[in-house]
Amino acid sequence: MSELIFEKKTNDDTQKRHAVSFETDRTFDLSKILRKDYLREKPPLLPSLSELEVMRHFTGLSEKNFCIEKGFYPLGSCTMKYNPKVNEWAASLEGFANIHPHQDDDDMQGALELMYKLQESLKILTGMDAMTLQPAAGAHGEFTGMSIVKKYFEKIGEKRTKVIVPDSSHGTNPATAHMCGFEIVQIKSDERGQVDVEDVKKNLSPDVAAIMMTNPNTLGIFEENILEISKLAHENGSLLYYDGANLNAVMGITTPHDMGFDIVHLNLHKTFAAPHGGGGPGSGPVGVVERLKGFLPVPVIEFDGTKYFRNYDLPDSIGKVKAFFGNFGVMIKAYTYILMMGMEGLKLASCDAVLNANYLKEKLKDVYKLPYDIPCMHEFVLSAENFKDAHITAMNIAKRLIDYGVHPPTVYFPLIVHEALMIEPTESESKAILDNFVDIMHKIAEEVKIAPELLFEAPHNTPVLKVDEVQAARQLNVRYQKV
Amino acid sequence: MNNFLAHTDEIRQTMLGEIGLSSIDELFSLISKEVRSDIKLTSGISELKAQKELKKLSKKNEIDFVSFLGGGVYNRFIPSAIGEITRRFEFNTAYTPYQPEISQGTLQMIYEFQTMICELTGMDVSNASVYDGATACAEAVAMAVKIKKKSKILVSDALNPDYKKVVETYCHDAGTVIEYAKVVDGKTLLDGDLSEYAAVLLQIPNYYGVIENIEELEGRKGTALLIACVDPMSLSVLKTPCSYGVDIAVGDFQQLGLAMSCGGPHGGFMAAKSAYARQLPGRIVGMTVDKEGKRAFTLTLQAREQHIRREKATSNICTNNSLMALSATVYMSLLGFEGMKEVELLSVQRAHQLAEDLEKIDGLGILYKDFLNEFVLNTNGMSERILSHLKRSGILGGIRLDENNILVAVTEMVEPESLELYVSKVKELF
Repeated sequence: MSELIFEKKTNDDTQKRHAVSFETDRTFDLSKILRKDYLREKPPLLPSLSELEVMRHFTGLSEKNFCIEKGFYPLGSCTMKYNPKVNEWAASLEGFANIHPHQDDDDMQGALELMYKLQESLKILTGMDAMTLQPAAGAHGEFTGMSIVKKYFEKIGEKRTKVIVPDSSHGTNPATAHMCGFEIVQIKSDERGQVDVEDVKKNLSPDVAAIMMTNPNTLGIFEENILEISKLAHENGSLLYYDGANLNAVMGITTPHDMGFDIVHLNLHKTFAAPHGGGGPGSGPVGVVERLKGFLPVPVIEFDGTKYFRNYDLPDSIGKVKAFFGNFGVMIKAYTYILMMGMEGLKLASCDAVLNANYLKEKLKDVYKLPYDIPCMHEFVLSAENFKDAHITAMNIAKRLIDYGVHPPTVYFPLIVHEALMIEPTESESKAILDNFVDIMHKIAEEVKIAPELLFEAPHNTPVLKVDEVQAARQLNVRYQKV
Repeated sequence: MNNFLAHTDEIRQTMLGEIGLSSIDELFSLISKEVRSDIKLTSGISELKAQKELKKLSKKNEIDFVSFLGGGVYNRFIPSAIGEITRRFEFNTAYTPYQPEISQGTLQMIYEFQTMICELTGMDVSNASVYDGATACAEAVAMAVKIKKKSKILVSDALNPDYKKVVETYCHDAGTVIEYAKVVDGKTLLDGDLSEYAAVLLQIPNYYGVIENIEELEGRKGTALLIACVDPMSLSVLKTPCSYGVDIAVGDFQQLGLAMSCGGPHGGFMAAKSAYARQLPGRIVGMTVDKEGKRAFTLTLQAREQHIRREKATSNICTNNSLMALSATVYMSLLGFEGMKEVELLSVQRAHQLAEDLEKIDGLGILYKDFLNEFVLNTNGMSERILSHLKRSGILGGIRLDENNILVAVTEMVEPESLELYVSKVKELF
């Protein structure tokens, strides 16, 4: 059984031992300075171990994780591309890691220059006129974007209460719009997996503030009617919001600006090779067109020809969405990546990502159901519905893939495809890896017929077997308590 | 320069041929000419060049100061072992642990993090972390507004100004009205019945380093929830928020082993009484069993979250700053309770030493008592001059609050000689 760090027998109950200690003056008595009733009486239960014991514990934990370096990670919508190690090196340079955010502009010219130049690159890739790097993640970027929408209509004195999202959208889109006080109108997708333009027209009432879209959308399909939709939105006085989760498909091919978008958020931890960290930190820069520039959060980073500086003087700004500049450490990683790739390399990355996805789609569509058989972009969605008679679900296939050393695709998303398996190979993977994946997927389809129990019982060789998630929610145990 | 790409042109052609295409351009057939962009395709550079470039940029930052800057970010000692663990790519390049069977490392670590946060704060449940302290405050306010179904909150005027601005943005969008509670002698005044508010938000110690009147908090009047934004380092010596009646405890854990990194990435924590577990936003890890009854961990209560509930979710947040939570968990494991207390006492002792010595200088004063390792130095209009004079000697003397006041933070990183230098340099001006 996996032992918690609190359960290690070597823990010193008297708490006299700890791996890291300091030259503290033992005679110093806090109660001489502070009221006694402000002081802690009962110690918290924290480990009391040697450094080696701590290292062994976390090394043991790390061995129970899958990661990009271990194998293929085709997790749709998440862009699990390789995270170059030079990025880590750069972010840990003393001159970056040790800056205090309250230092003067003069003392952090390198950091400001990096942020400014990163903004400039992102402006090229999105076609936007201004950027902020403050949001800490994609969903946080969405929040920033929708705050801008709200403030914009307040400023021009229009009361608009609704936001349109497609039924294929990420869950964060409606969740964000709701956080910003908007009512959600969901529109349908058509038989080509794209936003139904007629449904947009029907719902585009004068009180619609914005339409939120992802392009390519979450089915991995490019919205062919995007210009028409943007024209409709703008004629209605609404803004068009670009969820940049899928930018990895179109860098250097098209920009959100050329598609007619007004606001864009990006994910530096997806498209620009910063690692996901097991759930974070991320970074979700937001770009806007000229007329929305004044609404960006403060400070904005500017350059006067000789000096980089923070500008707080934005009267229409939405304020702040995060303390300080945002996740600077993540920005360093993205900047390093962009520097090494160049715009040429980024375009090629998008081409390869799209090539890899189409290659897999074509090689798998005979065995798995392909709900929308049109050219895909950087990802595509299969359905396990064709195995329904054998009682095999998308989750069974996902878990069986683990046995073959592959991270499962995203399952059950987007919600409009039953038994969805969303596959995003990224540009990092070679033909040999893709061919191997095709073989595995074919083998699994064969197993459905001859040995379905292999799928029902999968995974077989993992640190724990199939996990009881129902019990986790019903008998809530979210912390250790010493008995 | 084809950095980080896997294919050669020959392979690309082979792959295209195998799927019945002849050019890359055909892959983009759905993107019409009108939408195509033409950006300048600059070339990439080698890692060798990139390293030189990044090093050059990093050196354009001045970091060789003795720093007394705080205000929410602190120069703390970071044990070497932390980086060795967080650089392991099993933790670093994994996604959110949606597939528990191959994510037990991250999941167990978060469970341990949640436990440590509960232990420090005395609260019953903790989430897996959020972006930072400021957004943790904003999320806690949103949570209270939903629980109490009231759209007004009371915020201490002594809350970190950056946090205030973030809370204001979130509240503006949600239609929540903020009122600020007055601060007298460095402490927040909470008078009368607070029932009209969904919650009261206080910071302890507050922005001025002052410990609020916690002895009065438990007896406060009215139904408003109490949200305390607490400093996790201080909890090695201070009473737990739970013990003085806090409903939701939040804070920033940069001090637990994270680099200052110009303000991020850091991490925020959120812990609450068990009654509010299901209203907590963000990821939560629970302990359960696998199909053979073996202990296992998994993300739980996901029915609160955006990918399932969409607009009805508790928040739009997906991130838990896992890697930052890992740093904090390793930090707390290495130091233990005793180590954390040592760090805190070392900082407090030095801060009080400095304050005492400065106060002896005619014309200077320490504005408020009841502080730990951060205090307000009253300079009688000399803030600017003092700070620039100290800087010439390689000291960042603190954050200028206004012409009269400087916020001074002292951590274990400041040696006693630097305290002496601080005092002697200031003396030169008086």
